[in-house]
Amino acid sequence: MSRFWNEKIECMSREEMKKLQDERLAAQVKHVFENVPYYRKLMEEKGLTPDDVRSTEDLHKLPFLTKADLRDAYPYGLLAKPLSDCVRIQSTSGTTGKRVVAFYTQNDIDIWEDCCARAIVAAGGTNEDVCQVCYGYGLFTGGPGLNGGSHKVGCLTLPMSSGNTERQIQFMRDLGSTILCCTPSYAAYIGETLHEMGYGPEDIKLKAGIFGAEPWTEEMRREIEKLLGIKAYDIYGLTEISGPGVSFECEEQTGMHINEDHFIAEIIDPDTGEVLPEGTKGELVFTSITKEAFPLLRYRTRDICVLSREKCSCGRTLVKMTKPMGRTDDMLIIKGVNVFPSQIESVLMKMSNATPNYQIVVDRTGNTDTFEIKVEISDDMFSDTIKSVTDLEKKISGDIHSILGIRAKILLVEPKSIPRSEGKAVRVIDNRKLV
Amino acid sequence: MTVKQLSVFVENRAGRLSAVTRLLGDSGIDIRAVGIADTKDFGILRLIVNDPDKALAALRKAGCSVTCTNVLAICISDKPGGLAAAMETLYKDNISVEYMYSATISKEDGTAYLILRVDDNDSAARALTEGGFRVIPQQELAKL
Ligand SMILES: [Zn+2]
Repeated sequence: MSRFWNEKIECMSREEMKKLQDERLAAQVKHVFENVPYYRKLMEEKGLTPDDVRSTEDLHKLPFLTKADLRDAYPYGLLAKPLSDCVRIQSTSGTTGKRVVAFYTQNDIDIWEDCCARAIVAAGGTNEDVCQVCYGYGLFTGGPGLNGGSHKVGCLTLPMSSGNTERQIQFMRDLGSTILCCTPSYAAYIGETLHEMGYGPEDIKLKAGIFGAEPWTEEMRREIEKLLGIKAYDIYGLTEISGPGVSFECEEQTGMHINEDHFIAEIIDPDTGEVLPEGTKGELVFTSITKEAFPLLRYRTRDICVLSREKCSCGRTLVKMTKPMGRTDDMLIIKGVNVFPSQIESVLMKMSNATPNYQIVVDRTGNTDTFEIKVEISDDMFSDTIKSVTDLEKKISGDIHSILGIRAKILLVEPKSIPRSEGKAVRVIDNRKLV
Repeated sequence: MTVKQLSVFVENRAGRLSAVTRLLGDSGIDIRAVGIADTKDFGILRLIVNDPDKALAALRKAGCSVTCTNVLAICISDKPGGLAAAMETLYKDNISVEYMYSATISKEDGTAYLILRVDDNDSAARALTEGGFRVIPQQELAKL
């Protein structure tokens, strides 16, 4: 079987892909303008008609959609097809405010599952494989998306959903699962449980895992790969755009190929909305060009990443995105440098067995930003000497400097001394806003 | 021959030292010796107690960061030159002292107790014993 699910598309030349995107974009803008009064109004406010958007070069003219628009338009305001043409809804977990509900026609489902099939094949999947899906099923897109993709590839599909880890491992052993699909944290948990039960990678047949739906680090990837004896592939997606499979990783493991025949990606400056050149870090924006029921144009994901068209060893020509480096909501600008709490976290997690709680305190003296990080000390981070503590402060400070290029004052504090809000430590105190 | 020392990380904030020592008192722990090393922002409170395991559990339960180190407790004469004699013994054997602090002083028998953190406990204990100093074991310390 091929290394690609759809070689023609996945390895298409840039010119052909652009032509395909141009045609689909123009048709999609027309479809949205005619069927979504909410977006038509946004276009009219900018004096735009579908004739103004004929190719991807015109994309920047279109207004953005944000999560706030989705809330305002809840539930049917962005629907572009009669409900009689829709066959499914999926919904986001809705940690803040109203849930987001996305609608799908049968064609939308087929395309979504096709995107997931590409991800499974890129991870080495064929119809000989046994694919264990332990993402949640239901309103969450994880389970249904990978389940559908697995069917398309022809894998024997185990629709396990999450939880009951010992049963997961029993099925994995009894039925010889070869591909695991779940969140990275659950994969690590399955791996740990496997070892606690007295088994190791040699007792299971897994060869690959497709993990997404939450942030995870490169260290975590290596740990999961070791625990389960597999190669771990990242997958990205969001319910608003379709679900998992918007982009997926190949064997090179250096970023995720975006399914550009369905989703056009842009990187913008989150403050000005200006489109940034390839290779620049900024906010990821998606335009769905084939979605029928819920076609979002220029949807701001709030995820910060970088796009790259560098040639990939796998042969795919689809543009690659880095793993999201953070959320625009979390981004801080300190001394002119973009700083994400996740970057601080990646340094701190190397200092202790459990990632210590921390708090970033930013202030301004005169015209200069001050940047301090309070870190809660734990027993394994110091000994009986002052030097053990000051050495640790120097190590953290040095690592932060090498990642961000700016220095932070590190202040080690007692456990549980950083204020909590609903059980979580308050990560950022920006006193500059008060001035 | 060593005794267990507990090192507690304390921030330089008003009330922290009293809170930690009060906690130990309330848990029925007797402090045998105490030393503190501090900087502008934090300090490390070093404690020798009658029951280190119980103290460790109480401190951890209260959310303190604590580490455990083996140190030496020795007995010296409480007279001029008593400490110097002990230091000379260690110096002769090339043993370096990272820090030390004094424990109880007994008026009746004219002895003082000293807590020593050295780079090599075994060599130091041997040198001190050969030099005529008494190295106090954990059990004896608990009864002092
Ligand atoms: Zn690739």
